[in-house]
Amino acid sequence: MSGLRLYALVYLAFLYAPIALLPIFAFNDGTVIAFPLDGFTLRWFRELPQTPALVASVRTSLWIAGSTALLSTVLGLCAARAGTMARFGGRDAMMGLIMLPLVLPEIIVAVALLVVLLALGLPLTGWTVIAGHTLICLPFSTAILGSAFRALDPALEEAGIDLGLGRAAVFLRVTLPLLMPGIIASLLITFTISLDEFIIAFFLTGTEPTLPVYLWGQLRFPQKIPVVMALGTILLVISVVLITLAEIARRRAAARATGIDSGA
Amino acid sequence: MPDQTNTDAEAAPAGRCPIIELSGAHKHFGDYHALRGIDLSVGAGEFFSLLGPSGCGKTTLLRTIAGFEALGAGRLVIGGRDMAGVPPNRRPTNMVFQSYAIFPHLDVGQNVGFGLRRSEGSRAQKAVRIGEALEMVGLAGYERRGAQALSGGQRQRVALARALILRPDVLLLDEPLSALDKKLREQMQAELRRLQRQVGITFVLVTHDQEEALIMSDRVAVMFEGRIAQLAGPQELYRHPASRRVAEFIGMMNFLPVIATGDTLEIAGLGRVPRAGLRSAAPDGQGPPEAGIRPEMFSILYPGEQTGRRTAQGTVRETAFYGDMTYYEVILDGTERPVTISMKNMPGRMILSPGTQARIAWDAESVTLFSAAW
Repeated sequence: MSGLRLYALVYLAFLYAPIALLPIFAFNDGTVIAFPLDGFTLRWFRELPQTPALVASVRTSLWIAGSTALLSTVLGLCAARAGTMARFGGRDAMMGLIMLPLVLPEIIVAVALLVVLLALGLPLTGWTVIAGHTLICLPFSTAILGSAFRALDPALEEAGIDLGLGRAAVFLRVTLPLLMPGIIASLLITFTISLDEFIIAFFLTGTEPTLPVYLWGQLRFPQKIPVVMALGTILLVISVVLITLAEIARRRAAARATGIDSGA
Repeated sequence: MPDQTNTDAEAAPAGRCPIIELSGAHKHFGDYHALRGIDLSVGAGEFFSLLGPSGCGKTTLLRTIAGFEALGAGRLVIGGRDMAGVPPNRRPTNMVFQSYAIFPHLDVGQNVGFGLRRSEGSRAQKAVRIGEALEMVGLAGYERRGAQALSGGQRQRVALARALILRPDVLLLDEPLSALDKKLREQMQAELRRLQRQVGITFVLVTHDQEEALIMSDRVAVMFEGRIAQLAGPQELYRHPASRRVAEFIGMMNFLPVIATGDTLEIAGLGRVPRAGLRSAAPDGQGPPEAGIRPEMFSILYPGEQTGRRTAQGTVRETAFYGDMTYYEVILDGTERPVTISMKNMPGRMILSPGTQARIAWDAESVTLFSAAW
C-alpha cells in the first residue's frame, strides 16, 4: 500500500469514525457513552416518541425545513434564470451577493440577523429562522438550478414560443419539466441544510426550538445522551438518503439536458 | 430550372406576390452593427436562401423575421402585416432550429403536436394531423418513439413536421443541414426541395454552404458584414457575380492580372482581347484590375485539335483526379501563378501528367472583369 493511499484511509477514518460511533451507542444498552458495550437494545428509540418536547422540536424542524426548501428553491429558480439567461447591468454583482453567505461565517450572519430583527422590533419565531435559513440555502439552490439552466438549450424555449405558446405556457410545458430534476435536487439539499442547521436556528428561534437546538439543550443531562444518539442516528440516515436522492436527481438532470445530442 | 435573370433582384420574382418585405433593416448588438441596411422581398412559395460566412448577419436576419430579435431600424412586413411589436408566437412563421430543439421530455407525437392549440379539434383529429405530418417527412408510425432515441436526420424530420403541421406562411430554417454528415446532407437537400414544392410554403434558409444554397434555392441573397452583396438566382449568381468577393465565395474562380491599353485589354497568360463586350463586376475599391474565369470555362485541347475559340499555351503543374472530373493546375506561359482548370473525364480523353505542355481554349464571354475602378 502506498503512503498516499494510507494517508487517505487514515484521513477518512478520522473524518467519519465519530459519526460511526453514533449508531453504535444508539443501540447500546447503557447510559454511559464508553466501551465496552453493554448489549443491544432498541430502548432509546422507543423512548424517543415519549418525549413531547422532542416530538415538538421535530415537528418545528420539519416545518421550518420544508418552508425553507420551498422558499429558497423558488427564489433560487428566479435568481438562476436571471443569472444564466438574462443580460442586465449589475448581474455579476447580484450573483456575487447571492453566493456571499457561502463564505461568511455563519455566526456573523446569525448575530447580524439577530441585531437587525431586534432593531426592527420583530418577534423571534419560526419565520425568523426560515428567513435566516433561506439566506444561507439560497447559494446552494441558485448554484444547483443555475447549472440546470446552463444545461438547457435556449433554443428549446424559443421553439416553444415559435410554436405559438406564450412565455408562461412555455415555462410550464418546456422549461419546468426539463428543470424538474434540478428542482428536486435543490429542494432536497436545502431541506437537509435547514434540518441540520444549528447556529442561525439557535440565535433566531423563539419559543419553539428546532431539533438541533433542542438536542444541544439536552446534552446537559447525561442520562438523555443515548436518546440523543438514537435521534442522531435517525437524522444521519435521513440526511444520507436525502442527499443521495438529490445527487441522483442532479445526475438525471444532467443526463436529460445532454441527452439532446446523445440520441443517435 | 427557371430562368433567373431578373434585373431588379431585390423585388420578388415576377408572378409571385411578396410574402416578406424588409426595408432599411438595421440591427445593433451593443457596438456591433449586425445588419446594415437590408432591403429584400421574398415571394410567396419561394425557396429563398441567406448565404454568407459566419458573422455576416444571416442568422440575425432570420431571427429578426422570426421575431426573436427586434429591428433597430427599418420595416418588416409579412403577409401584408407590419411585424413591429408582434411577438414570435403571433407571427405567421415557424422555425427549424440549428440544434432542432426537439423537446427531450416528450415523444415524437407530442413534439409534432406541440403547437396545435386546444381549440384545434379533438384529440383524434389532432392525432390524424400528427400522423399526416409525420408521413410527409417520412416518419410514419413514429408517434410513440422517445425524442432521445432519434438519429440526427430523424430529429430534423421531427423539427420539420412540428413546424409544417402549423401551416405557416413562411418556414425559417437555420442551418438545418450543418449537423448532418455529407451523404445524409445531400439526401436531405433533395428532400427539403421536394417538400417545399409539395407544401408550397415559402422557405427561408440560412446557410454558409454555397453549394447547398445553389442546389436548393430559387433565389439567394449573399451577405457580407450585415449587407446584401448580391441577390439573384443560382445561375445568375454563379455566372455573373456582382463583385470579387461574391465570385470568390460562390464556387471557384481564377483571377488573372489585366493591363489596360485603350480599347484593348491584355490578360496575363491569355493575351489581348477587345474591351468592348467584356462583362464587368461592380467596382469594389480593392485590388488591381483582374480577369475572372471559372475553372470549367477553360478547356484543354487534344494535340492537333481544331477550335474556333481563343487559345493560350501553358504547362501542367499538378493533376488531381476526382473520378468524374480532373482538376489541373496550369501555369500559363508568361505567368507565375497557376490557374485551375476542370475537365470532365470522357472516354478516350487522357489525363495529362504534370510537366505536359497544354493548349488551352477559352472565350471572352466567360470573362468577368474585377477592378478597383475602371
